[in-house]
Amino acid sequence: MNHARALAQPVVAAVVALAASAVLLAAIGADPLAAFAALASGAFGDGVALENTIVRMGPLLLVGLGVALSFRCGIWNIGGEGQLYMGALAATALVTRGFGADAGAVSLPLALAVGTGAGALWAGIAAALRVRRGVSEVLSTILLNFIAVLAVAWAVHGPLQEATLSYPQSDAFPEAARLAVLPGLRRVHAGLLLAAVLPIAVWLLIFRSAAGLRLRAVGLSPDAARYARVSPERETTRVLVISGALAGLAGALEVCGVTGRLFENLASGYGFTAVAVALLARLNPLGVLPAAFFFAALASGSGAMQRVAAVPSVAVQVIEALVIFFSVSFALPKSRAT
Amino acid sequence: MIDATTLLLVVSTLRLATPLALAAMGELVAERAGVLNVGIEGMMLTGALAAFATGTATGSVALGCLAGAAAGVAMAALFALFVLRRGADPIVSGTALNVFALGLTGVVFRSLSPPGSGLERAPQMAELAPGLNLYVFVVLALVAGVALFLDRTRAGLSLRAVGERAEAAHVQGVAVLRVRWAAVLFGGACAGLAGSSLVLWISDTFVEGMTSGRGFIALALVLFGGYRPLRILAGALLFGAATALQYRLQAAGSAIPYNLLLMTPYLLTLLVLAVFAGRVRAPADLARPFSARE
Repeated sequence: MNHARALAQPVVAAVVALAASAVLLAAIGADPLAAFAALASGAFGDGVALENTIVRMGPLLLVGLGVALSFRCGIWNIGGEGQLYMGALAATALVTRGFGADAGAVSLPLALAVGTGAGALWAGIAAALRVRRGVSEVLSTILLNFIAVLAVAWAVHGPLQEATLSYPQSDAFPEAARLAVLPGLRRVHAGLLLAAVLPIAVWLLIFRSAAGLRLRAVGLSPDAARYARVSPERETTRVLVISGALAGLAGALEVCGVTGRLFENLASGYGFTAVAVALLARLNPLGVLPAAFFFAALASGSGAMQRVAAVPSVAVQVIEALVIFFSVSFALPKSRAT
Repeated sequence: MIDATTLLLVVSTLRLATPLALAAMGELVAERAGVLNVGIEGMMLTGALAAFATGTATGSVALGCLAGAAAGVAMAALFALFVLRRGADPIVSGTALNVFALGLTGVVFRSLSPPGSGLERAPQMAELAPGLNLYVFVVLALVAGVALFLDRTRAGLSLRAVGERAEAAHVQGVAVLRVRWAAVLFGGACAGLAGSSLVLWISDTFVEGMTSGRGFIALALVLFGGYRPLRILAGALLFGAATALQYRLQAAGSAIPYNLLLMTPYLLTLLVLAVFAGRVRAPADLARPFSARE
């Protein structure tokens, strides 16, 4: 496929999805143009709005990268949300219970590392179930999402609840365990720089390394890969663990960089949005950057759309789903169904 | 003589097993025809909202059930359009359908009952005895009907052939895509009906995302039951019982935090999958696209 078509298809998919949603909005009696105008001004109307959009982009970018990577290998990780929650949970446990008031220079990197590891482990459960017990990762990662969300709910009502016990949330992170806001900005934190570099790293991994060749080989044909002495089982595990690690890092970045504490509904729906991100990016790690920006803009503009144009913010999910539908209408690799 | 606690458990087991059994029967037929439908969660949710909207507007339980099933069919048609017509990946399309249903039902529900407008209650399916109503009989009829259809009828044989060896069935003159369309739409009707039972029997209102994974549990039940209707029903009852027990523990003020108790059905599903998924032989052509032109 030539480059012009590769670039044009996602744009067409996004535009068609927006047009289809406009029809749906009109059908429920809303004014689509007013809704989109409110959405755009909420997403990038002024400096604060734009910063909010960029902050939202972080987790979508990382989880979307993981989805793109795993789907290149024919593995369908829909559990980004659960892996993100476990990353946030582990980082919070370490910061508020491990370090507490003693947080120092090492606390922040350790918290990010522990969050990354927790996400990797959570996805590792799905990998083990798939490789050892033949359980489809589609089901296991979705079920693990529900469990992770409940685990966070339990933690903030129980062992990790704030000292004053007023709300179901953790104690606020000490300054030392928080990511600094970039100079001259109000919300964009240093962790987003890391998030912005990772697509390049993942691109190099997939397209410029022997490991990437192996995982793409498994994605194209597990049997042929086996014949070339590439173990689909090992690649499956590796890919799930890496994509879980990316989601876990996203969770740790959220609590260390954005919210400064853990609570329920930290990032609900991010796992599915990330699927839309990866598909709109046509599974290209570099394409994940603009795709994540697009969906972050939808998410951060949805509040304004609800306030100004009285269109429920959940309408954004309809647009997301339509983007997935129209993206898959073009040729995409098939998943390895079990 | 059964004591009151046991009776309560039996009743809530029947109630909780019903939507699972309904959805799983539909999924079974779709999968035996070779279509993996990951979108039942979304079809159930849409069915639940349609049943709520129609039930509250007309006051009729029967119309609510019909609307639920019809909404499930409509969503299934959308799924089939992408998967069977366009040859899109079923897992991606099913996931998109689930997200679509979440967004669509959210938008429609909020425009039906804006925040602060007060909760409307849906009419309820009458019970002949505690835990027994039309839904239970529909489940029993469906299990028997699907079992007989698959094993004893020519059409059932064709459907299984389409799931096992689509090419061979095509050569024998079976309209593969037509059979798959019918199976997917039937699955959608079952999922929509299952969704309606959530609103017209198990709870009396609609809550966003109220299916809370039941569609995925139904998918797992099909594997657990080894693609056999009676065993799937047994699995649904087992899950119903486990969930009922968990609610009972919550109500009794168990020392276990309720968020951990709520994990029970998901943990149980994972466990069941870990034990059974590898042992079950799925239809050979499951999730393989078919095109008559090739």
